[in-house]
Order: sequence, then C-alpha cells, then structure tokens
Amino acid sequence: MLELRNIDTYYGNIQALHQIDLTVEAGEIITLIGANGAGKSTTLMSISGISPPRSGEIIFKGKPIHELPANKIVTLGISQVPEGRHIFPELTVAENLDMGAFLRNDKRGIADDLEYLYDLFPILRKRRNQPGGNLSGGEQQMLAISRALMAHPQLLLLDEPSMGLAPLVTKQIFEIIEKINREQNTTIFLVEQNANLALQIAHRGYVLENGRITMHDQADKLLANKDVQKAYLGI
Amino acid sequence: MLSFKDIRQGLLVALWFIFLTFPLLVIKINPIENSVNWRWLNMVYVGSFSFLIYLITRMVMARKLERQKKIKLGLVKEKVAWSIKLFSQPRLYLPLLAAVAVFFLLFPGLFSTYQVNIMITALMYVVLGLGLNIVVGVAGLLDLGYVAFYAVGAYTYALLNMHFGLGFWTVLPIGGVLGAIFGILLGIPVLRLRGDYLAIVTLGFGEIIRLILENWSSFSHGPSGISNISRPGFFGIELSLEMSIVYMYYLTVLMVLFTIFVVNRLQDSRIGRAWFALKEDEIACQAMGIDKMKTKLTAFSLGATWAGMAGVMFAAKTTFINPASFTFLESAIILCIVVLGGMGSIVGVIVGALVLILMPEYLRAFSDYRMLAFGAILVVMMIFRPQGIIATLRRTYTVKGDLE
Repeated sequence: MLELRNIDTYYGNIQALHQIDLTVEAGEIITLIGANGAGKSTTLMSISGISPPRSGEIIFKGKPIHELPANKIVTLGISQVPEGRHIFPELTVAENLDMGAFLRNDKRGIADDLEYLYDLFPILRKRRNQPGGNLSGGEQQMLAISRALMAHPQLLLLDEPSMGLAPLVTKQIFEIIEKINREQNTTIFLVEQNANLALQIAHRGYVLENGRITMHDQADKLLANKDVQKAYLGI
Repeated sequence: MLSFKDIRQGLLVALWFIFLTFPLLVIKINPIENSVNWRWLNMVYVGSFSFLIYLITRMVMARKLERQKKIKLGLVKEKVAWSIKLFSQPRLYLPLLAAVAVFFLLFPGLFSTYQVNIMITALMYVVLGLGLNIVVGVAGLLDLGYVAFYAVGAYTYALLNMHFGLGFWTVLPIGGVLGAIFGILLGIPVLRLRGDYLAIVTLGFGEIIRLILENWSSFSHGPSGISNISRPGFFGIELSLEMSIVYMYYLTVLMVLFTIFVVNRLQDSRIGRAWFALKEDEIACQAMGIDKMKTKLTAFSLGATWAGMAGVMFAAKTTFINPASFTFLESAIILCIVVLGGMGSIVGVIVGALVLILMPEYLRAFSDYRMLAFGAILVVMMIFRPQGIIATLRRTYTVKGDLE
C-alpha cells in the first residue's frame, strides 16, 4: 500500500533520514521503533508531506506522493496524528472532530463516523461541548486519534500515542488502535518509543537508529530478538 | 485591605511617575526671558494622582482575586460577562438593535452636516476595521500595512475618475478587486512568514506604497494629490453639497451593513473555520488537509478587498486625496480599533471604531493630549481587558447526528 524508497530528509543542513526503505501492506499494523532522535517522527512527517524528503520516492497505492503538498496527501487517504497531539484548544471536542472531516462532504457518512468514534471513546461524547484544551492528556490523545479518523483514512499515521500518558491509559489507547485496525480495516503506521507495547499489537516492525533502518522483521520475532530486547525492551 | 506594603509600593510608583514626567511637566523654559519656570505644583499633582490610581487598582485587583477564590470554593457563581449575557438573549438585544437602527436611520435629520461628516468617517473605519478583523482577528495574521490597500482603492477611484471619467459605482468593485489583487501579490511571498516577521514585512509594504504615491509624480501627482474627484452619482441627478453628504452617509451605512453581512457569513463558513483553526495550530491544520497557503491568502486578500472598497468611498467622500492620508498611523489606528474592540468580534470592532474615531472629535478641547490618552488607554486595556471591549462570542456549531 505504501512504499518508501531511498528517502533522505533534511532539516536545513542536517540530514535526519538516510536511505529509508520501508513498505506497508494494506490492513497491517506496522511499527517503527527507535531511540530519541532516531528519526521516527521525521519519517512520518516525510510521508505526510509536512517536512517533505529531499530525495527518494514515496509511493502510495501505486502513485508517487513525495512531491505533493500536505493537504493533497490527506485527500488521498493518509491521516496523521501529530506528535504531542496538536488538538485545537479553543474549539470544542465536537468542533475538533468536525475539523477532522474538513475535506469530506458526505453528511451521512460523517455522522455515522462520529457515532462510531463516540462509541469507541465514550468519554469524548460526554465532553463534546467542552473546549479541547480542557481535556486531560489521555482524552486529548483520544481526541487526536478520533479527529484523524474523521477523515476516514486508509492509512493512519500515529506519532507517539503513549507520550506523557499513564500506563493504564496507554494500554487502553493501544487496545483501541488494535480495534480500529480490526473493525475498520484501517492500515496503521505506528511510531512509538514504548517498543514493548508497540511490538505486541503490530504485525511487523522496523528498527530505526540514527536515521537508518537497521532491522525489520515480524513483530514477534523482533520481540524475541536479543539485540532488540537489550536495546529497546530493557530486558 | 491595603497593607503597609501596598502604600510603600504606591509611593514608589508615584516617585517614578514624577521622575518620568519631570522634564515635561515641571520644567518650562522661557526662551524669550532666558529663564526657567519651575512648576512644582504639577509635580504634586502627578505624584498624588498616580499614587491614588495605584491604590485603586490594587484594591480592584484584590477584590478580583478574592472573588476568584470564592468561585473556586463554590461560594459564588461565576459571573457571565455582560456582553455574552446581552447577545445570548434576543429579548435583550433585539430592542437595542432596533434603537440603534432607528438612530442611524434618522441621524442626518437630527444632527448637523458636521456631525454627519464625522459619522461617515467613523463608519468608514468600521468597514476598515471589519476588513482588518478578518486578517488579524480571525486568521491571526498581524498586518501592519493595511492602509496600503486602502490607498490602492482610493487612488484607483481618483485616477480612473480623472483620466477616464469613470463613476463611483463602476469603480467600487474595481477598487475591491484591485485591493484583492494587491493582497495576493503581497501575500504570496510574505505569508510564509509568521508573527513578528510578517508584521515587519507588511509594515514595509505599506510604506512602499505610500512612498511610490509620493514620488511617482507623473502617475499620482505626488504630494499635492488629486483633487476634484466626483462624488457618487445619484441616478444622474445633481445633488447639492448638503444632500450629497446625506447621500454619502446612507451609502456608507449600506456599505457597513453589507460588510457585516459578508463577514458574518464568512466566519461561519468552512473557510472561516479553517482560518480559526489555522490561528490555533498550523501543524494540526495541515494534518487535517487544510491548504495552509491558500487559506492564509484568502484571508489576506479578502481583508484587502474591503480596504480597497473603503478607499474608493474615502476618495468619493473627501473628493481630494494625497499620500498623507495613508501613513502608518492610519494602519495603527485601524489595528487599534480591532484590538481595542475585541479581536474577532464584529460588534466589538464596530464599537471600537466608533469610540476611537468619534472620541477625538468630541474631545477636541483636549486634542493636545490625544496621543497621550491614546497610549494610556491602550496600556490600560491590555492590562485589564486584553480580550477587548466586547470579547468574541464564538458560535459553537453542532454536527449532524450529534443531537441528543
């Protein structure tokens, strides 16, 4: 479904990604794990076009997308949940969700999706008339995920959904990510520091070190891998 | 209530103000007699005045804090701002609206031509303020060169009228379109910048337009300006001067109504929501699939459209324009209208414009202190009411299927 070929991304003169090769199949949960500053978020930003790659190709459903602006990429069916959630603090929960459906015109479909998401995250239904900025961290993360899903994406890019959340809330969110993948058949690209949790729900995983992919395998094999265990799982 | 510490602080504040105003208010040099007048009494005034003001603000602040504590403890209910209370109840605001409408309708009949003239100016600033409000208040782009588009509109009418004899009604849309085009031309290179940088570049643009008008004499007649611009036509009938002022008044009122209507619709529209979201979080907007550049450009050029049309009206009203009418001070005043009235709030901007434009006219006696008062009001407003006279009442919208 998505293929990255030889992606190099720079911030000014600093090269953040070196020759990234990566594939995502439809219906999968793929995870990208790595230390701080390895380039995990940059990879997502490159795909979504917010910081486009300097060279290399990104192919989505057979079409090159690396030269498209960010808003066009969303139109094609790739939605991103940015790192640090980035909800609209002054807009209410319902308005935040409505912004997620900015590019859609099918009122019926939007209403159905909204119902589905409210069922998925009942707390959001309860808080729907409160400003997004008043929600707790976990609720904001739920809102950010729901907002991205309002665009009805085929591929959901999740950037550090566990950031700053209590372990229990993290677990809850990961369960829902799995559920979305199962029920909606949404392909999920998950970038995560919590390698243990991420590999447990993912089908396949990539390991990123200093902007280079050093390993990729089935998630359970990575979990069992001695090097990965030592470096990322703290075992 | 007031502790010894407050009083000591107050004395220090008073001393500081005495020190600041000393050269201005105490020393007066008489160049004819080569002597210095020491006006010690002024010093006493300044000292006691600032001391009192300080104590009063301390008291107000203390009471506010106390109230907030009580609200937290649940002893007192939070007070709803009067502006929100007023506008959420049709029973309250409909009669008020009707009274305002009647007042503006009958205005030329009740007051002298001089008053009508002032009101026309004030209403034009309402239009300008509402236009800039799109850019600054709604989309959050700080534009310090707004007056440039106003100048574009005014010179469009003046030049087209002088060379080709085109009338007001033909040029009004042309002025708007030209304003929009200039907005886009400036916007494309500039809107990549954010915040302070954007403000500086727009400030520069405003000055460039003014300097061009001042120096390109063969095109714009330079500092001497263009005179004898024709007033708006009234179905081909020649109006007397007084009648044409009244006519101009009603035209301006119509223009204000039209602007309010359009701006209101815009804020509720899809693009309006995109503007608001863009002000809140740019990265999130991109992730939502909002075209950042296009959204900013529409805000910028729509704001400029209104400035262009207001410019045409200005030229038609005064029948004489020169570059001196389009200095940075104008931009600053329009910005003050928006900020003082309440960013993003239509009613706020209208009130802000009327207050800021009418007040100096009626307080001519104190015109020497105009800038002083202006600055003081701004400082005080930013400290005590940063949201403006009338804060935005952002309409929340519900999504279909979200009904309970």
